Amino acid sequence: MSSKAKSGAAILIKSLEDLGVEVIFGYPGGAVLPIYDELHNHKKIKHILVRHEQAAVHAAEGYARSTGKPGVVLVTSGPGATNAVTGLTDAMLDSIPLVCLSGQVPVQLIGTDAFQEADTVGITRHCTKHNYLIKKADDISKVIHEAFHVATTGRPGPVVVDIPKDVQIFESEKLHKGPIVHRSYRPASKGDDDAIKQAVELLATAKKPIFYTGGGVINSGPKASKLLRKLVQLTGAPITSTLMGLGAYPASDPLYLGMLGMHGTYEANHAMHDCDVMVCIGARFDDRITGRIDAFSPNSKKIHVDIDRSSINKIIHVDVPVVGDVAHVLEVFLKMWKKGRHKLDAPALAQWWDEINHRKTRNCLAYKKNDDVIMPQYAVERLQTLTKGKDVYFTTEVGQHQMWAAQYLEFEEPNRWMTSGGLGTMGYGFPAALGAQVAHPKALVIDVAGEASIQMNIQELSTVMQYNLPVKIFIMNNEYMGMVRQWQELNHEGRYSNSYTASLPDFVKLAESYGATGFMVDHPDALDATITKMIETPGPVIVDCRVEKLANCFPMIPSGAAHNEMILPDEEELKEFEGGAALV
Amino acid sequence: MIDTPQKERHTLSIIVDNEAGVLARVIGLFAGRGYNIEHLTVAPVDIAGHESRITVVTIGTPKIIEQIKAQLDRLVPIHRVGDLTDEGPSVERELALIKVSGDKEQRLEALRVAEAFRAKRVDSTANSFVFEVTGKTEKIKAFIELMDDLGLVEVVRTGVAALHRGKKIL
Ligand SMILES: Cc1ncc(C[n+]2csc(CCOP(=O)(O)OP(=O)(O)O)c2C)c(N)n1
Ligand SMILES: [Mg+2]
Repeated sequence: MSSKAKSGAAILIKSLEDLGVEVIFGYPGGAVLPIYDELHNHKKIKHILVRHEQAAVHAAEGYARSTGKPGVVLVTSGPGATNAVTGLTDAMLDSIPLVCLSGQVPVQLIGTDAFQEADTVGITRHCTKHNYLIKKADDISKVIHEAFHVATTGRPGPVVVDIPKDVQIFESEKLHKGPIVHRSYRPASKGDDDAIKQAVELLATAKKPIFYTGGGVINSGPKASKLLRKLVQLTGAPITSTLMGLGAYPASDPLYLGMLGMHGTYEANHAMHDCDVMVCIGARFDDRITGRIDAFSPNSKKIHVDIDRSSINKIIHVDVPVVGDVAHVLEVFLKMWKKGRHKLDAPALAQWWDEINHRKTRNCLAYKKNDDVIMPQYAVERLQTLTKGKDVYFTTEVGQHQMWAAQYLEFEEPNRWMTSGGLGTMGYGFPAALGAQVAHPKALVIDVAGEASIQMNIQELSTVMQYNLPVKIFIMNNEYMGMVRQWQELNHEGRYSNSYTASLPDFVKLAESYGATGFMVDHPDALDATITKMIETPGPVIVDCRVEKLANCFPMIPSGAAHNEMILPDEEELKEFEGGAALV
Repeated sequence: MIDTPQKERHTLSIIVDNEAGVLARVIGLFAGRGYNIEHLTVAPVDIAGHESRITVVTIGTPKIIEQIKAQLDRLVPIHRVGDLTDEGPSVERELALIKVSGDKEQRLEALRVAEAFRAKRVDSTANSFVFEVTGKTEKIKAFIELMDDLGLVEVVRTGVAALHRGKKIL
């Protein structure tokens, strides 16, 4: 080999460098040792050693979601790769750009049930946007560049690159330069002008319009959020957001109705039900949003802007589909709206707002105050108040606490909120917070957690200690898998089968055993002081916040019900939903 | 009321990059999302062998057929997806090999039927024939049904291959 030849592992790392990668979340093993050798004392790429590969992927998701840059993961073959599968599936469902590099047994051993062999490409085919098995060192650089291209363009998603150990050792001179010209992959970008024109004209006829926006706005980048604000404010129409879209539109704006869907606000869901023109932007009519499909917004004409053609008409039939990147479509939409001097019918809009404002007086997020016990809703409200104006990022685990966080936290900007929406993965929040903290070392990063979920990736306390990542874990400890218990109360006559979280650790001591700080709080009077201490204490902190054990999360559209069949907090007695045991 | 639209049979042609695993991606998509595969054929179609053409015959409501096409389009190594049923007129052909092993009278009758279907006798022994028949799926089915009484013992079919009629290409 000539002097320019390098090992596959060296080529891999050089390619990552060329692509601007600064951080890798990973865990070593036999099949990736040549790559780890290249990373040893590397000057430009920082490696964060997690304590479980699932956490590496969630950390990369948190990094990606909070920066807009792709996250990078490195795992070994076999168990390393299979441990990453949950994270990959999570990133797939929430459209998060990731590249996951996995080691593989040497090419000659593939298919022989070799030690730590798993069919990684086969296993991850369904939970990645695309995946590759590299068989020659000469292919490494090009495939890595292509993997980043696929992960970050069009509808973003996770891409796996499986690299056999011998390929990491073989030498090559090939380094890819310049843009990727792919043979078949042509992601949508610009929306069709005619379709946008139709959308403009349809919106102009609306008497009861609503904007329904989702994670696609955030994926499209900060420009999309800015344009969305302009458009909504120009029209004066109400706007609601999915769980994934929180922050794309400022929560404090009077046109904002709060989140919609299963635990969305009364006013948002009713407005969705009653509207005559719906403008769906970067959202996908997920079943947690629509409720009963045949009763979903029955009298509206629908516009759907999505970069993924397969999202259009998948669940709900729409009248005007626009396939394209949100930022581009909104830019053209705004131009056409202004040029056509369009304006919504003012008296009709005023009447529509009257209806909505009337619904707002229902005060659907009200809850019974309690002087002795910390109500979970109150805890989130205090978190919101005491972090307001700070450079803060929130992540969550999955359960009631996640929905309360979505309901009571207020996001003014995109990329500040990270939660597992599509897959609903318990154990997401802490590693995601870790990843966000790596990207924003000075910021305040808080994982709003449940006592059950946090135990699914608690081992990462070791990681945050090692790298001085001052993540704050705020556990809303209700001693139950609260969301499971709530469904059992509603649908299974209160038979709390296996939803009590018995034998909990002492979270304060647990934190201390890792060298972190722990606080316990169980009285409303001490809550503010504890939250303040949490914020002010340097380094990682766990707060074990003992909340009311049997509180339920409302409002709620029971699974299989329609938007106008919500259960509101003070109708709690009506608990049993007539539909009986829910299907999903 | 939800109306339940009629299911339709569609012939889809898919041009893919001829890379490892591409067929698994296509089939996996059908299996994973619960779509139907009635027929499947696949082989490289350009001289260099870079591209393959997959023909899938599927059954579903118009909405599902649209979803299938959009989902296929999303796969990275797929170049083009065409719906030969929607994009009107097309020719569809299938080839089958059919082995019969009947008694003397059945053998004579089998030969007569084969001739009527313009099936070729590609193998004969003292107590068996193999016929090769090509045509539309209905013709193949009819031929197999007739052979059932005449000592049919084994069938293999290629599945449908299809092209647009006229100058139109995918
Ligand atoms: C990995 C995983 N397993 C199971 C579930 C089902 N599940 C959804 S919420 C929940 C309970 C979560 O309990 P906790 O973390 O204490 O949150 P709470 O609802 O009490 O706020 C469970 C088990 C899930 N979402 N993810
Ligand atoms: Mg709990």
